[in-house]
Amino acid sequence: MTVIRARSLGRRFGAKRVLRDLDLEVPIGGFLLVTGPNGSGKSTLLSLMAGLLAPTEGELDVDLPRGRIGYLAHEPLVYKELSALENLDLYGRLYHVRERRETIGALLERFGLWEPRHQRVGSFSRGMQQRLALCRVLLHEPELLLLDEPYTGLDADATGLVDNVLSEFAGRATFAVATHDPDRIRSFATQSLALA
Amino acid sequence: MTYFADVAALARKDILLELRSRDTLPAMLLFVVSALVVFHFSLPSDASATASTGLLWIALLFTALLGLARAFSAEREQRVLDGLVLAPCDRSAIWLAKSLGVLAFLGVAEVVALPAYGLFFEPVGWELVAAVVLADLGLAAVGTLLAAMAAASRARELLLPLLFLPLVIPVVVGGVGATVADDPGRYLGFLALYDVIFAILSWASFEYVVAE
Repeated sequence: MTVIRARSLGRRFGAKRVLRDLDLEVPIGGFLLVTGPNGSGKSTLLSLMAGLLAPTEGELDVDLPRGRIGYLAHEPLVYKELSALENLDLYGRLYHVRERRETIGALLERFGLWEPRHQRVGSFSRGMQQRLALCRVLLHEPELLLLDEPYTGLDADATGLVDNVLSEFAGRATFAVATHDPDRIRSFATQSLALA
Repeated sequence: MTYFADVAALARKDILLELRSRDTLPAMLLFVVSALVVFHFSLPSDASATASTGLLWIALLFTALLGLARAFSAEREQRVLDGLVLAPCDRSAIWLAKSLGVLAFLGVAEVVALPAYGLFFEPVGWELVAAVVLADLGLAAVGTLLAAMAAASRARELLLPLLFLPLVIPVVVGGVGATVADDPGRYLGFLALYDVIFAILSWASFEYVVAE
């Protein structure tokens, strides 16, 4: 069964065409590796899959409700004036996560954010914010993970954590991952897409 | 019940953000009091009650505009609106929670503004209080929708007043009318009708404003 299906997919921003005539199918449990230089449309493609953008040409079907999608963007999509715990608690409530406190606690522990959980996110380093963003993405155990440069800003320990997440979810969930470092995750990929 | 739990979680977040950052409410309070002081000195001493009432409504309208301009700033600057829009909750819950936040800030500003108006101009009667409460509902409902639209635009500082001010003219008409007319009930009813119609329209259309 196919989770993501694109037919002649295209996206323009004004006169600028970022994606054109893209056809692809990603089955359940598939792992799509998206590569390409800056400005080639990797982030745009993931935003389209997440439903944050609409195609200007062609069709894109994602056969999952938005509550089953986990989207890691360039920004962590969290409030800087709130603490890590408060941000995850808000998302946990909005995603109606069962055993919310236990799940949040386990994620914070796993990503090394338990100690600074009461600190405001604005005081976090880029790497800590990326760890928190990963906690947010995994909080509701999504069936489709859309990860845009998941290794950005991470140190060696956190990079290993992302590798562990990919290993744990690979095959269980469907992935679309955009990266400038394809060699790192090529072993997980079941298909790849090189954007020009 | 899930819907209202989502609204409560989002509204609580907005209040918490304001308590932490304090960048909206103090500005609204300072503005409304400053505006009333300026009006006090700019009106001639024999000016009518109608003139001072009109100026009060202008001050309240621009105070609301000031709050609305900041309503989605946290979401815009950190692109958090994308995260909220992706959540499986009904998107109108975002509008309702944000409207409640705007309503709360407006309410606090008016708790200061109305006694100040009473001090500088005319005594505050029940008609004025009722009109302000009803007007706040409409201003928050319409304003929050327009603030979300403006937040997605590059010309947001220009777009919000351009959309907001024409749409809230009926609020000014109803508010001033309720305060100075012999029969305030008609105008209060008009304000209530405005609130119901525009709250329903804003609630139903928010989904299309935040989705591309």
